[in-house]
Amino acid sequence: MNSLSQKEIIIGIGGVLAFALAACLPLVDQGYYLSLAVNITLYAALCTAWTLFSGPTHYVSLATAAFFGLGTYAVALWVDVLPFPLLVAFGALAAGALAGIVGAATLRLSGVYFVIFTLGLAELVRQIVTWAQATFTTRMGLYVFTDLREMHIFWMLLALTAVIFLTGWLINRSRLGFAMRIIGDDETVARHVGIDTAKSKIVLFIISGAFIGIAGAICAPRYGYIQPTSAFNPMTSFLVVIMALLGGTRKLWGPIVGVIPFVILMDFITVRFSNYMPVAMGLSFLAIVFLLPNGVTGRLEQAWNKFQSRKSAPSSTETAA
Amino acid sequence: MNAIALNVSSARKAFGGLVAVNDVSFEVRQGELLGLIGPNGSGKTTMLNLISGALKPTSGEIALDGAPIAGLSAYKIARKGVARTFQLVRVLPSMTAAQNVMAGAVFGHRRLWGEDAMHLAHELLERVGLAGRGSLPVGAMTYIDQKRVELARALASDPRVLLLDEWLAGLNPSELKIGIALIEQLSGEGRTIIMVEHVMDAIRSLCDRCVVMSSGIKIAEGGVSETLSDPEVVRAYLGDDDA
Ligand SMILES: Nc1ncnc2c1ncn2[C@@H]1O[C@H](COP(=O)(O)OP(=O)(O)OP(=O)(O)O)[C@@H](O)[C@H]1O
Ligand SMILES: [Mg+2]
Repeated sequence: MNSLSQKEIIIGIGGVLAFALAACLPLVDQGYYLSLAVNITLYAALCTAWTLFSGPTHYVSLATAAFFGLGTYAVALWVDVLPFPLLVAFGALAAGALAGIVGAATLRLSGVYFVIFTLGLAELVRQIVTWAQATFTTRMGLYVFTDLREMHIFWMLLALTAVIFLTGWLINRSRLGFAMRIIGDDETVARHVGIDTAKSKIVLFIISGAFIGIAGAICAPRYGYIQPTSAFNPMTSFLVVIMALLGGTRKLWGPIVGVIPFVILMDFITVRFSNYMPVAMGLSFLAIVFLLPNGVTGRLEQAWNKFQSRKSAPSSTETAA
Repeated sequence: MNAIALNVSSARKAFGGLVAVNDVSFEVRQGELLGLIGPNGSGKTTMLNLISGALKPTSGEIALDGAPIAGLSAYKIARKGVARTFQLVRVLPSMTAAQNVMAGAVFGHRRLWGEDAMHLAHELLERVGLAGRGSLPVGAMTYIDQKRVELARALASDPRVLLLDEWLAGLNPSELKIGIALIEQLSGEGRTIIMVEHVMDAIRSLCDRCVVMSSGIKIAEGGVSETLSDPEVVRAYLGDDDA
């Protein structure tokens, strides 16, 4: 498993071409389509990063908004005094550190507690930032003035998505990735073959959180004016879960399959029926959980396996006890 | 005499009011095959769980090669060289047989990776009678083959002590013969093994010594034939079991 298979090389070349093609978009359009593409890329990055952790562990994290907001604030607080790339690194560190603390505190708990804890965490961080701002400054928000334009943000998000994909792929080939697959299959077995299950999950949560923090940092110049309510918007957390689940979290590229149609649809709905947005979100969440528990890609995979086995049928139909 | 590989002294596990393992002591020497027997619910699996770290003892000491391991996390104990199979077979359903076995080699004290781990996995599958079946999904295998995979996984870590929890249960007579021969072979190579078993023929033909538990208490210990004819052991079995 150290050399590349032919399939991996083809996927790699295809991926590079797809990213290169996408990167040309600003040359064609600088208006509506670019802004839509920024949203798609943003959620592609967020959902893929989320899936790095939640896919193999099946822990549903609602902490996305907390990590994202920390990244945004890292930029907003010091954009006038420090160079932007350094602040992006700060965002990654802050979000990663928070993920580490939260992971150490909660990943020994069962999944249900984890969901609630992460939701509470995002809210807590938002309240703390709001309080700090009210206490130590007189302003409600922070201005972020840079000469970064929409297309620069797009390119940065695109590069981030590529890095997340590459990281995910490297993790899958590593001991950590193998450990996560074993944990996903049977945690008791995992412990008995010598895997420090808690540590593996924490490491993955840190990586995932750090990437989300970077996404938040990159987006700060786009918003221009940063307030706790927008930077730590809980809606971000929910949307990420919905889109990732819609696409399917078993494969690295699964979430993207959910992100592209969902962001386009969301754009359509918010323009025309903005009042119905929460309802539409709730309904789509229920629909996904009930109709597509493994996402679109999971369903496709199922169909493909069925097709394959029908093709190679009718050999053994023996099943295990 | 060989050095002591595993020393259990006054191990105790209480589940609320129920004392599943009640101050049990015994030792296993290097290269020994020890039978751990007793009627249903006598605490055998719980004893193995205490050794492997699946459960923490309420009190008592367990030492592996002289170093205390009681109460450590299962992963730490595994890394020190304790491997096990489970009473109800536990395979990794999404993976192939070879990947299942590899899991045992990658994280234990052996820490192989890549080609080396894969190579070992195939070698061990051959050992347990599954030559050439490595790329099969383990979920498509029969019960006995899954048990073989599980044994190969335990062996992949090259354990100091191997714990088998009713590894022979559920096999038909011809499979049983193969299974007994396999364990005999492992033992012949010098592996230290503790086997929990209800199949008395296997205990008689395989074990050097056995420990008998009943209601959490060790009621007898010693050579197999004299222990099995011990009146108290006979009474424990006749009282509440059919073995
Ligand atoms: N996790 C647990 N919580 C509560 N009680 C338990 C637990 N595990 C085992 N017990 C109880 O402890 C006692 C011993 O169980 P154990 O599984 O160790 O028996 P055993 O000797 O392995 O039996 P068998 O031959 O049926 O496998 C039983 O009464 C069982 O119900
Ligand atoms: Mg048992």
